Amino acid sequence: MATPLVVSEVAKSFTMHLRDGIRLPVMSNVTFSVKAGECVVLGGPSGIGKSSLLKMVYGNYAVDGGQILIEHGGRLLDLASADPRTILSVRRATLGYVSQFLRTVPRVAAVDVVAEPLTARGTDAKEARGMAEAMLARLNLPRELWQLPPATFSGGEQQRVNIARGFITDHRILLLDEPTASLDAKNRAVVVDMIEEKKAAGVALLGIFHDEDVRERVADRIVDVSAFSPRKAVA
Amino acid sequence: MTDTPILKARDISKFYGARTGCRNVSFDLWPGEVLAIVGESGSGKTTLLNCLATRLMPTSGSVEYRMRDGQMRDLSRMSEAERRFLMRTDWGFVHQNPADGLRMAVSAGANVGERLMAVGERHYGNIRDTAGDWLRRVEISGDRIDDQPRAFSGGMRQRLQIARNLVTSPRLIFMDEPTGGLDVSVQARLLDLLRGLVQDLGLSAIIVTHDLAVARLLSHRIMVMKDGLVIEQGLTDRVLDDPREAYTQLLVSSILQV
Repeated sequence: MATPLVVSEVAKSFTMHLRDGIRLPVMSNVTFSVKAGECVVLGGPSGIGKSSLLKMVYGNYAVDGGQILIEHGGRLLDLASADPRTILSVRRATLGYVSQFLRTVPRVAAVDVVAEPLTARGTDAKEARGMAEAMLARLNLPRELWQLPPATFSGGEQQRVNIARGFITDHRILLLDEPTASLDAKNRAVVVDMIEEKKAAGVALLGIFHDEDVRERVADRIVDVSAFSPRKAVA
Repeated sequence: MTDTPILKARDISKFYGARTGCRNVSFDLWPGEVLAIVGESGSGKTTLLNCLATRLMPTSGSVEYRMRDGQMRDLSRMSEAERRFLMRTDWGFVHQNPADGLRMAVSAGANVGERLMAVGERHYGNIRDTAGDWLRRVEISGDRIDDQPRAFSGGMRQRLQIARNLVTSPRLIFMDEPTGGLDVSVQARLLDLLRGLVQDLGLSAIIVTHDLAVARLLSHRIMVMKDGLVIEQGLTDRVLDDPREAYTQLLVSSILQV
């Protein structure tokens, strides 16, 4: 089976210049992979660096060493050493990310926020809008909110816009940072179904789920992040 | 995106006597890419922008630009007439103060139409139609076409300046603090407009701003300047979310949260 995401010997530290340059080691020797159609869940206590690890895989945090190999356009490339242009093209076509919080753009309607990953890849605007509306309907976002900018939405509503935006494309790899954290049971179930569909379509998923019930249902495998943490000795 | 940069800057330095404007700046800009240059006042970002846009002669270094015919040309070797032609056709320059980029004593329509005439358009009706069309795109109502920008608010003037710059379908646009001095609701509207135009037209842009939120919203890539040097650069969200240099960390941690 294809393995679109391989993380190999990745290390990360933060240097806090505003606090006398202290260096905080975050992770070392991070090694795991995600196969097509598999959902790997990052485990370990809060603060161990699960979200940081997702951000590294997405290219949002730089890494100090190691490789993040992504199958993109028929070849493997190392995101850890890729230039900004390559990272953006990988994100546009291959690597999706549902962050914990939605970063809103002033004046852009929810439906257009959701449609944007499609239009950015050249999908016709009307078709993209149609797909975005179907996505929002499925996630039970009230229709009267679709044309409004999400800045004033509740946490759960914003999260559903974020999920719709992340799931609308056919990216081969999808990163999920607690997508169900502020959802009610009904919408959690919708998201679980959507994850199952992605798996069936051969998408490689890497996620963080604090909700045990959701985790049980979607996880094929748990990768314990505390094994990579310098604090493991203490814990 | 094609696989050749549209602009190549190599070792750009500008000294004002013994003082440094900017020093040894090199980068490539790709078609469709938006680059933000950030840093506090006096860091050299406007000097760099002016050197790139041939408004200032760098003390050393070279800027090459890929012309429409695909040839890379060294800007310093072009004649003054060629550079001026480039400035009014293939490039745009949006000033922080709209009065620097507009002719305040002629009508809004003429401000937009003038750039069209510079590229050879002569038919009055066409010019007026295109000008009207661009005013609409920047959300200035058609019945203001004969008014002078003096009678416009700051936000409207800035939008008119953008229309004036974009009417000739430039491939590269330089912006110096395009949202500076505007109140937030006007700024949001302008940012939304710029974002849409850059996306729809596939423009390359270099934006100087001290506002990191503006940089995050508009740019793909960011260069952080301090004392005339580029101290950190990379993917915009990487630099803002995981800043490595002391000065960048200070900048990022100084943003006011709403």
